[in-house]
Formats: sequence, C-alpha cells, structure tokens
Amino acid sequence: MDLQDKLQALLKENQKKIEETKELDDLDKIRVNLLGKKGPITQVLRGMRDLDATERPKVGAFANSIRDELNAALDEQRETLRRERVARKLAKETVDVTMPGTPVRLGTPHILQQIIDDLSDFFLGMGYQIVDSYEVEQDHYNFEMLNIPADHPARDMQDTFYLNKELLMRTQTSAAQSRTLEKHDFSKGPLKMISPGRVYRRDTDDATHSHQFHQMEGLVIDKNITMADLKGTLLAMAQHVFGADREIRLRPSYFPFTEPSVEVDVSCFRCGGKGCSVCKYSGWIEVLGAGMVHPNVLTYAGVDADVYGGFAFGLGPDRFAMLKYGVDDIRSFYTDDVRFLEQFHKEG
Amino acid sequence: MDVSYEWLKELVDVPVTPEELADKVSRTGIEVPSVTYRGAGMKKLVIGHIESEVMHPNSDHLHICQVDVGEDELRQIICGAPNVAAGQTVVAALPGARIANNVKIKRGKIRGEVSDGMLCALQEIGFSDSVAPHKYSDGIYVFDEAIKPGTDAMDVLGMNDAVLDFDITPNRADILGMRGTAWEVGATYGNKPHFEEKHLVEGSQKTADMLKVSVTDPKDAPSYNLRVVTGVKIQDSPLWMQKRLWNAGVRPINNIVDITNYIMLYFGQPLHAFDYDKLDNKEILVRRATDGEKLTTLDGNDHELVSDDIVITDGDKPVALAGVMGGLNSEITKDTTTVVFEAATFNHINIRKTAQRYNLRSQASIRFERGIDLASIVPALNEAARLAGELGGGTATAGVITGSSVSADPVVIDISLNRINKILGTQISAVAVSKIFDQLGFGVQEQASADDVIFTVSVPARRWDISIVPDLIEEVARIYGYDQLPSTLPTTSQTVGTLTTVQERVRRSRKLLEAMGMDQAITYALRREGDNKHFILEPGETTKLAWPMTVDHQELRQNMLSGLLDAVKYNVAHGTADIALYEQGRTFIRHAGHDRPAEHEYLAGVFSGSMQQDSWNQKAKPVDFFTVKGIVSALLDDFDIAGNIEFAATDLDSALHPGQGASIYLDGERIGLLGRLHPEFEHEEGLPATFVFELNLEPLFVADRNVKIAVPAPKFPGVTRDVALLIADNVTDQQVLDVIKANGGKYLQSARLFDVYAGPKLPAGTKSLAYTLTYLNPEATLTDETVSASFAKVTAALESELKAHIR
Repeated sequence: MDLQDKLQALLKENQKKIEETKELDDLDKIRVNLLGKKGPITQVLRGMRDLDATERPKVGAFANSIRDELNAALDEQRETLRRERVARKLAKETVDVTMPGTPVRLGTPHILQQIIDDLSDFFLGMGYQIVDSYEVEQDHYNFEMLNIPADHPARDMQDTFYLNKELLMRTQTSAAQSRTLEKHDFSKGPLKMISPGRVYRRDTDDATHSHQFHQMEGLVIDKNITMADLKGTLLAMAQHVFGADREIRLRPSYFPFTEPSVEVDVSCFRCGGKGCSVCKYSGWIEVLGAGMVHPNVLTYAGVDADVYGGFAFGLGPDRFAMLKYGVDDIRSFYTDDVRFLEQFHKEG
Repeated sequence: MDVSYEWLKELVDVPVTPEELADKVSRTGIEVPSVTYRGAGMKKLVIGHIESEVMHPNSDHLHICQVDVGEDELRQIICGAPNVAAGQTVVAALPGARIANNVKIKRGKIRGEVSDGMLCALQEIGFSDSVAPHKYSDGIYVFDEAIKPGTDAMDVLGMNDAVLDFDITPNRADILGMRGTAWEVGATYGNKPHFEEKHLVEGSQKTADMLKVSVTDPKDAPSYNLRVVTGVKIQDSPLWMQKRLWNAGVRPINNIVDITNYIMLYFGQPLHAFDYDKLDNKEILVRRATDGEKLTTLDGNDHELVSDDIVITDGDKPVALAGVMGGLNSEITKDTTTVVFEAATFNHINIRKTAQRYNLRSQASIRFERGIDLASIVPALNEAARLAGELGGGTATAGVITGSSVSADPVVIDISLNRINKILGTQISAVAVSKIFDQLGFGVQEQASADDVIFTVSVPARRWDISIVPDLIEEVARIYGYDQLPSTLPTTSQTVGTLTTVQERVRRSRKLLEAMGMDQAITYALRREGDNKHFILEPGETTKLAWPMTVDHQELRQNMLSGLLDAVKYNVAHGTADIALYEQGRTFIRHAGHDRPAEHEYLAGVFSGSMQQDSWNQKAKPVDFFTVKGIVSALLDDFDIAGNIEFAATDLDSALHPGQGASIYLDGERIGLLGRLHPEFEHEEGLPATFVFELNLEPLFVADRNVKIAVPAPKFPGVTRDVALLIADNVTDQQVLDVIKANGGKYLQSARLFDVYAGPKLPAGTKSLAYTLTYLNPEATLTDETVSASFAKVTAALESELKAHIR
C-alpha cells in the first residue's frame, strides 16, 4: 500500500468518525490525534524524505489536500455541534410569555387633578396664565369687589364659612378676579387668566353637596373682547373636554359680577343630544356659568370700564368629573378610597 | 314660581304649547325646568250631583248615594266621607277611572251593596295638603256652585292646566307676578300683553275719616298705602279664583285672604288684610319694634321683637310684622265685616333679616326682599278693593290713604348701536334693536348719526333690574337669541401661556410621586379639633371657623397628614391594606397677633402594607422606613438644591416612632418629617402600621438650585475600593460618610454603603458596615499607587476618628 492509499484510507475512516462525534471535546481530541505533530498526516509528510525528489511534491500536495479535507470535516462538525448546543440552550431558556411581567406600581393622579390639569393645559395653550389665589379670602374680594354688597340677594345663594367679620373661606374662585385685575398692568397687554382651586360652602355633605369642592375661574380683559369670543372660547373648551362633536348653548342667567350673564349647556356627550338619562332627556347638560364682566367689577378694581371689558366664566371640576365619568356621589372625591381613585389610572 | 298656562293665555297671546314655551323661555329669559299637569295619568273623573243619600245598612259610617253623573240613570256610589249629603255637587270617579298614585276605580260591592264608582277628596286626585282647602280636609270636596253633572271634573278643577315652573334668578323678581310673566313671554314672541283693567267704584264714606296712617321713617317703608272695604261677607272664593290659587301652589282660605294672595300672584305685590274692627285706635303707625316687644303671628307663634324689625301698629301695639306676617290680633275671620288692605314696599334688608330671624320666609317676604314694581303698588291695592266688592259684596271707601310714597318714573338710558355690537360681537341692525326694545315694552327713541345710532330707552318701573347699559345689552342679546351669536376666539396681542416655576415644580413633584407608585388623594382641609396637634412643621396658632357646620370640619389644617390618615382608616375599613397615598395642598399657618393665616404649599404621603403585590417572581415587601426615605430622597434630589439636605433623628414629633423617625433639614431649617407612626399613636387612632412623610414646599421653592454647566463624560475609568468596618453600633452612616469624605482626597467621587451586618458573630455592641469608594481622575488614568495612598488615609482616619476596625 503506497502512501497515497494509506492517506485515502485515513481520510475515509476519520470522516465517518468525525460525523459521529457528539462532543466538542472529542472533536478536539480527534483534531490533535489526526493533525498533531504525532498524527498520521505528519508522519506521512515526514516519511517523504524517503521518496524521490520527483514524487515528493505530488505526495506532499496530496497529503495537504487530505489534511484540508479533514480540517473542513472537523470545522463543519464543530459548527453543527455548536448550533445544536445553542438550540438546546435556547429551548432551556424559553419562558411562558403570557405570564405577567414583574409588577411596576404606577400611582394615579386624582381624577379632579386630571380634569384641572387638562383644562389648565388647554388654556395655557391659548396664552392664559394660571393664577393661584387665597383659600382664606377677605369678604372684600369674595363679595364686595364682585358687586355683591352685604345686603345683596345673591348672598342668599352663598352660604359662607366665616372666620370672623372680615375673613372667610372663599366660596368661589371668582375671588381671584379682582386681585388679579388690581395688579395687572394693561399697558403690557391683555389679561387672560384661569384660577383653579378649592372653594368652601356651608353645605351639609351629601351625594350632591360638599362643603369643599373645586372651581376654575376664567377671565379675559382687553379692549375688544366680545360675547362671541366668550361663546367661541367655551365652545372650544367644551369640545376639548367632552368631545369634538359637542355643541354649546347659552341661556340667560344672573350673577352679580357679570352682565350679561349666561348659563352654558353642552350637548349631551352620552346621547349626542337625542335625550337620555344623563341629560334628563333634554339633550343638554348645564356645565358652567359665564358672562361679560360687570363694569362695577372693573371700576372697583381700578380698571377703566369705558376702555376695557371682557368675559369671565366659572366651572366646576367636580361637576365635570361627575358628568364625564358618571360619578354619582361627590363625596367619593374626598374619601380617597384607593379602589375609586385607581380606576382613573389610564390617562389615555 | 308656578305659572298657569291657562291664566297666562288670558293675559298674552301664547302661540305655542306649554312645553315649547318652557323650552323657548328657558333660552331667552328664565329657566323653566319642568311643566307639570296635576291630572297627569288620571281619567274618567266627572262632576256628580248627589240626588239622595242613605246610611249603609251594614255600616255605621258608610253612605249609599244615588249620583247623577250626566247619564240616563243614576249611579249608586258608596261613600265613607262624613260630610257627604244629598244635594252636593262633587267629583265622581267612574268605573275605569284612574285617580292619584295610579289607583284604578272598579265597580264592586261594599258590604253587600253595589258601588259604581267613588266620590273623591281633592287629596285623592292629586292635590297636596298644602293647596287643598282645609274645609274639606276630612271629607270629599264639595263645589260651592252648580255644575252640570257629567262635566269633566279635571277641566273644572284646572287639573288639565299646564303649570310651568319658572326658576327665577334673584334679579328677575319682576316675574314673581303673572303680569311680569306675561310681559316676558310676550317679549319672547313679539306680543304685547292685554290686561283687563276693571274700574273700582268707591262708596261715599271717606277712608281718611275711618283711619289715620303714618310712617315713622320712609326708609323703612318707602311706600305705604291703605284702603278700607266695608260690609264684606267672608265666604269661600269662587272656583275660578280657587283654581288659580291652587295651581300656583297657594291654598284657598276665604275670599279676603284669597284676594291678597291672588293680587300677589297677579301683580307680584304682596298685600295684607287687617280686620278693621280689631284695630283699637283706628290709626296705623309704621315704626320699628322696641326691643322685647311681643307679637303673636298668624301661625300662632309668639315672637319677642328687636329694633331691626319693622312693625305695623294700631298706633299702640304691633298688629303685623311688616312684609313678613300679620298678627293674630288683627286676623281676618269669618266674622270680619270691614277690611283694611295694605299695599306697601319695605326696606328689603330689614325684611330679609326679620324673615330669617323668625324663620318666617314666605312668598310675601321673598318679594319684598327682591323688590317689587313701584308702579303697581296702588293699582294692586285698588284691584284688591274691587275684588272685595265682587267676591264679598263689600264697598270700598273713598280714597287711598298714604303714609309714604315713591316715584315710579321710568329709568332712561342712552345706548349706542355700535356699543351693543362691539360687546356682543354681532352686527345687529338698528331696526332689530329697536324692535326688541319695543317688544319688551320699553319706550325707545332713535337718533342716527353718520356711523352710529343712539337709542334713548325708557325702562318702565316694572323692570327695576335694569339701570345701566350692560343691562340693556343683555336684553338685546337674549331676545335676539344667544344661538345667533357667532363663536369666535379673542383677538388680542400675544400672551405667553406658561406655568410659573412653582406651578411647574408642584406638577413635576406630583408626577414623580405617581411614577414612584403613589396615588394622589384630596382630603378635607377643614379638620376636627385635635387634628392639628401633630405633624407640625411650622409653629402657628389654630385658625377656627366662626360657625362650623359640624365638629368634623371646624379648624383649618396646619398639617397635611391628618386628612391622609383619615384616608388610611377609610381604606382599611373598606378592606384595602396596601396604601400609598400622597396629597399636595395648602396648610394654614397663622402667626400670633394675625387674623389671617399664611397659606403654605405642603406635600405629604402615607404608606401602609406593601407598595408591590406578591407576584410569581417576587414577594411583596412591606413598606419600611427606607422605602419612604428612598421616595422622599428621590423627590428632593429632583429639586437639585444647591444647599445641604439632611435627615436626622432630631426634633421628632411624639406621634412618630422614636427609633424610626427623622426630621428633614434644608441648610439647618426643618422642612419635613418622615418615619413610622408611634405604635401607641397607631393604636389610639385605630391605624395599622403606617409610615408617613410631610414636606413644607415653600423653602424648597425659593432655595438656590445647582447651576447647570455641562461637564464632559469622563474619558478615564473610575477605580473602586471596598472597605468593611467593624464599628460601635451607635455610629451612624452619616458619621462614617463624613469621615470618608473629609479624608478621601481630591479623586474620591463617591462613597456608598453596600452592606450592613449586626449579629451574634460579631462582638457585642458592634456592627459591620461595608462601603464602596469610587475614585476618578477626569484628566488621566489613576495609578494604583495614588488610589492606594488615598484609600490608606481614609482607613486610617476611620480607625482613629471612629475607632473602626478595618476587616
């Protein structure tokens, strides 16, 4: 058997052995045994010194080709085994993706806060400033400056927590109006503001009354503000809060600090105006009061009522939340039952 | 005010149904939330005439009546009413009828006798006790006049009339009378009312000869007028009058009292009637009561009067509380023959206070409080006297006697067309504006100039709510129709809409706490007595309400935690154990000597149970001190305060656990607290193990922030060294850190506690603390020698200063 046959036989024998090898370590051993310094190929190449000079290159080339083939077979089997090992590992690591993720607790903003923030952002976008005013207010700002003198019948509508003769828990965020009007420098531009916050009334708490609730006052004063501007502003607000398809209607009303005064209804967001239990089958829901600022309010605050005028509105975040989410008991907002609060966690 | 649709139609043309009218008026003037029909759901009620009546043989109280109900044959109806009698005209419910409360009437037998229907009391057919005449309160209703049997009784009783509920705002008291209502409805549809004015025929006797009148102070009674009617017979009012009264919610009593109520409903002018013969001095003096003076009012209640009360006297003693209620001593009774009618107006403030003081708010006092039509006072008085003749056979004596009087001239206001359109944002024409004023019954004269029209508007006294230009603009706007107003947005110079830094900060703090797992709560700011004992961050006096409604809400809060602890209790009571709530809001800090408290923004939180529920891969871990401290620290870090924030177990509130409580200091000023509640406090309050924090945000708002200048990310890696110390167990983390930082050298970046151990393996009174120190030189790679040298200084200092044993 000459060298070439020997090499051929070696290749055959080992190709099969390599294919059958299942462990990477065994494969390494085979490589060392076959291709190492003491391996058969090396032996063959060493044996070449006994050959003719003419034979040597031929046998050398053949031996190299056998070595290459064996190397290739080893590499291929190595890759196969590696892939199999990876596949086994992946199978072992497979999880049930339908199992819950590690819990991350997210807190929930209070639903009234969500209403207030949403409205605040809406009015900020229209260039309004947000004014935070006092919860303990002077009778002067809560009533007198708003054209509600001591003997005014409108005070019948306001049951007030007084601290003493002069101080009270504000009954309306309108109290912020005159304070802001007094301070505003009209030479620097118009006044456009909202003032959200807590208000207090001397009411017995029940499903529809709370001695503490929230209001948001709005006030726009400049030289050319119209009642149509009021209507447009409130329409935009109503569509923002209650849906793009909403309409509003104004009805005459009375507030001492506005003239004309209106109640504002929004078309029912539940039935679209056809009539349902939410709108008491009228198609409309009363949502806020508004009007053109009474000249006395401007005059008392030192603003020239012949030059400047504008509109004011007052809305109730509690009422908005009750309407929008079907809350039937205003006390739910203040008892802070976690199960109640957390249902509003998806801000959407 | 309840407005009868039928009565209204007699006064003005109404071209629409009651429901359409309600809708239209709601949008142009006064809200009309409901239209009701007393007879709604009832049927087959007819007029019956009782032809004969005998006692039921098997009963001691039932009567067998043969009743003519307009059919060929009489119907036999059994009736238990004690007042039933032959010859009466009554209401009969026929078989198949429905009466009040959806009760169905059937033919049947009562104790063996056929009953073919039912004779009705008013209460059985939808009349409440407050309007049904007292006279028939124990039996069936009996008509005073003959009515054809078989006639629809619902028509006869006005039960098919629509009653519109006019929900009147305080300024529109002109609508508290049918005439004012007719003007309003007329203006809405462009129709003028047509009031039937009947002439009063006076007798020859002069009123002034019978009675004298004077008013002490015309400010108390600006207009005070009297008439006398003699020879009156007190009896029931005719049905037409009773119908109008009860459909307006007023109970008929007798003809004279009914006249006063009717005139009030018609003119909006409250009247009072005295029995002339009971006036001892034949002299009426209007004056203030003297303190302690006594009067028994018509309702039988005794009052001790005060000098703010205006009284009507007979020259000596009070006979009425002016504008509020008459006195029993001058009441109209069935024996009265001479009547004094009073039509006046009184100071509205006194009336309001008197009505409140004696809890006697009435339809009359409400009208005086809100004002009345000065032009109607005397016409109302004359019409009352005329009706007393018509309904009671009396004769009005000659002349009105007057103690005081006021002018009822129209108010004249100039208003320009441009002004109207500028305020409303409209382009209403002069013709349209003029027409609106005319519809309202206002006089109007126009003066046109090149680019404007001036209207001189003359507003009659019946619209005393109108006195300035904006009042007229409102009239134009509402009659023109708010639906026709365009919708625009204000066009002004640009304004910047942005949150203030404080608002921004508050909002961000809220969002952070929510991201860290806390729910926002809103609690009551008015607290119980005692709620301000604990958790005080700033000294101050308690601010109390002058007249609280309940003991639960009488003091302004000086801390944020008492409300949140209520929320914990509420949740625990409702089965929720895992609670993490925060509230942001005001506390009221009042300094001694000041009436007004300062309002400070606070932020507080409460925790109980676990923040995280058990899950398949991690166990719920109950909240502990360090959970809360972690949240508070993250929140405070976010403020990026330049100053030094420290937590120390000092100045502890006694409601906090003495070993798990801390105060929070900003540069030495105490701005907050945190910790677990004292177990004793929890026990007393019925709270579970609860952790709390509270921050005064005001110092944080104004504290200097770190200046933000970019520093490039370091190019060279940091080097860390760990050190473990065996140290006395009363040495704090803060003390160790202070030593490390003081001796760390310029390359020490940070030192972090990563392990704490205390246990039996260590000597008594010691603990093991392990820290990672991180060194960094932003300029170059740190050599091992440099770090080792620095680190050696730290360990040496720890050994010498804190007697630490380096492990």
